[in-house]
Amino acid sequence: MRGLDRRQLAGLAVLLVLACALPFLVANYRVFQITLVLAYAIALLGLNMLTGYNGQISLGHGAFYAIGAYTAAILMDKAGWPYWATIPVAGAVCFVAGFLFGLPALRLEGLYLALATFALGVAMPQILKHKSIEEWTGGVQGIVIVKPDAPAWTGLSQDQWLYFFCLAWVLLLFVLGWNLLRGRVGRAMVAIRDQPIAAQAMGVNTAMVKSLTFGVSALYTGIAGALGAIAVQFVAPDSFSFFLSITLLTGVVIGGLASISGAFFGAVFIQFIPNIADEISKAAPWAIYGIVLIAFMYTMPTGVAGFVRIARARLARRRGGSTVR
Amino acid sequence: MDGSAPLLDVRGLAAQYGPTQVLHGIDFSVAEGGITAILGANGAGKTTLLRAVCNMIRTSGDVRLAGERIDGQATEAIVRRGVAHVPDGRGTFMNLSVEENLRLGAHTRRDRSEIGADCERMYAHFPRLKERRRQQAGTLSGGEQQMLAVSRALMLRPRLLLLDEPSFGLAPLIVQQLFEILRVINQGEKIGMLLVEQNAAMALALADHAYLLETGRVVMSGAAETIRSDESIRRSYLGY
Amino acid sequence: MDQLLHQILAGLATGGIYASVALALVMIYQATHLVNFAQGEMAMFATYLAWALLQAGVPYWGAFAITVVSAFVLGVAIERIVIRPVENSPILAVVIVFIALLVIFNSIAGWIFTYTIKPFPSPFPAEPLFGNPYLSSHELGSMAITLVVLLLLFVFFRFTPLGLAMRAAAQNPVSSRLVGIRVGWMLALGWGLAAAIGAIAGMMVAPTVFLEPNMMGGVLLYAFAGALLGGIDSPGGAVLGGFIVGVLENVVGTYVGSELKLTLALVVIIGVLVVKPSGLFGKVHVVRV
Repeated sequence: MRGLDRRQLAGLAVLLVLACALPFLVANYRVFQITLVLAYAIALLGLNMLTGYNGQISLGHGAFYAIGAYTAAILMDKAGWPYWATIPVAGAVCFVAGFLFGLPALRLEGLYLALATFALGVAMPQILKHKSIEEWTGGVQGIVIVKPDAPAWTGLSQDQWLYFFCLAWVLLLFVLGWNLLRGRVGRAMVAIRDQPIAAQAMGVNTAMVKSLTFGVSALYTGIAGALGAIAVQFVAPDSFSFFLSITLLTGVVIGGLASISGAFFGAVFIQFIPNIADEISKAAPWAIYGIVLIAFMYTMPTGVAGFVRIARARLARRRGGSTVR
Repeated sequence: MDGSAPLLDVRGLAAQYGPTQVLHGIDFSVAEGGITAILGANGAGKTTLLRAVCNMIRTSGDVRLAGERIDGQATEAIVRRGVAHVPDGRGTFMNLSVEENLRLGAHTRRDRSEIGADCERMYAHFPRLKERRRQQAGTLSGGEQQMLAVSRALMLRPRLLLLDEPSFGLAPLIVQQLFEILRVINQGEKIGMLLVEQNAAMALALADHAYLLETGRVVMSGAAETIRSDESIRRSYLGY
Repeated sequence: MDQLLHQILAGLATGGIYASVALALVMIYQATHLVNFAQGEMAMFATYLAWALLQAGVPYWGAFAITVVSAFVLGVAIERIVIRPVENSPILAVVIVFIALLVIFNSIAGWIFTYTIKPFPSPFPAEPLFGNPYLSSHELGSMAITLVVLLLLFVFFRFTPLGLAMRAAAQNPVSSRLVGIRVGWMLALGWGLAAAIGAIAGMMVAPTVFLEPNMMGGVLLYAFAGALLGGIDSPGGAVLGGFIVGVLENVVGTYVGSELKLTLALVVIIGVLVVKPSGLFGKVHVVRV
């Protein structure tokens, strides 16, 4: 990835202005939904790093989302921490968890890694419900979180403040992520995905890069979980079932693998399409969702970001190029 | 060539891999019961030519088998019309036994009762295969796999046999034996053969007609005997 | 000791079901290098079909036969109509299509048949054979049926021309075309067989776990784990893996408690895989540098 040219920077600036204006233009409930989109986007960027850029499939990222969410909830509820301080801690805890999980998982490839991560995703709700840690996690009931108030001088509603809070984290994490992916580490990640043996032969410490990628990916997803928990004001084991992991993977593929913008497309999809499907058919909403998924994969197997890329290339060829093949 | 319609008649065959054009509109044919050789160096397009006849790659042009057009049809359908292809690399089913490989060759045949007898005939041509009939085909030597590939193709009872560099990687003595068996089969069962070879000497000894391919174009064609005996052609085009 | 024996035997009975589904998963994997995540939901849907037939008064074995044939046709149809358009797409795109199928079947089943748990009859008598204390007649019966299915499949693949063609198409599609095999249809046939196997597994499991749209989730997961444990490219290994997982699940469930039994069984399996990544009987892929 090269640096951004002036046109792209201008485009991003416009988007940023729009993003800042958004909470004042729509109802509070929509602001809440879009805040969740922001949280999901962070999670999807994290998962995309692992799966899209590094080629390691994870069917269990819901577990890291859960760990981040519970970290924030426990710190706020049991230790009285302010909400903004819980976010970095959630990230750090998940980084360690992801890194430690990534180490033994190194030996597993493809399907076997998928099973291992799936097991993690399935296990998490069961572990969270377990009696031994119930006094911390609140067992099946979970923990209720008090929604933070906006500072008085801003005059914003709770939802609007939370939106800007999440937006700030999105900006920080996306800029950091973009830098990471286009630097040496990012290139090493892609090299490992495409030609693992050659990468190793050229001196890339494959094991370290893969474990680090797992850790960073978990960090992002954990922060997303913490932000999501604060927005939803509630954590409970059954909100973080393996279905969440499937949803995250779906978001990454729909958005587009190995693409940063794809994280946003995917996040919008996983937040809003279930609602739309529900409106179309109360009786079998997931059937509609499944049909939409299939339609997307028939028409855009490389995701929305991939589709945009192909469309842009075609337009460029037609505009600037000759007709000589 | 005799006056009857050719078994395989190809006009204007062009083929490409993606954006790269490999064959540039060539014409060639194989007579009923005849053997045609396609010669040329590496990269001339010989393997591509055979793949194009079977429509394994994108092609354009007119390909007729005994007068009927087969270009554009699915590979499996072309095979069912009696075209057996011994591919480069032999295409052995490595994890299956020798006998299973042979039976697969007869997959499209309706006369189930004859298949056993045909297997025995292949074993008669190639006794080494009989010794190894229950062995996993992947454990056979190169020469044996080539014999197996030819036998598998013959199990189809084809009208036309396509052979892609059958001598590749084989010891000269084995190549001689193989080519002798091909001659016997051609004369006994009147199966037409289209042979693609780098080993020009052996190919010209077997074939009755030959074409020389250079970077996707036919640069010379004629009776095999003529080419063989013409020193200047041999020296400049075939290197011997 | 007596209890352990009972648990092991019961584990073998459920293990037989996992083994059949594992075999179905491996069949599709060998041909496509993909795991069909929708296998369980398709089996559940077929079981509902059987239930509907039974409700309509069709005798058990008649309903059984109709269901198996219908599942076969459904499997073939899905491969030809839904999977074929994405056969050359990136792997994850195909995975999403499988997930979509999973979700669609689950949702439609819930819609047509509701989410209420329904009892599903067993064709076997309620009293245990010879009054033995170890295995109920249903457990014994379903083990027998599983073994018959596995045996029939083995005979089919090893001794019939069509079975040979299917094996060839899975191993080497290019060479298969050159002997006239219609590779696409072989794939569809594989899907049909896998769906039929799944239907049988569903009908054997439903009497024990009761019929509801989410009934096959656990079965699929255990079958997947069993297939990987045995080696995803080894049909025999997958079958053995299925039996081992069945026993493991039962024993762990009894001695550790049922809330964590899924987790622990999976942890054990992953532990084995970390030691031997290609599974117990899978081929170790030596990569030529």
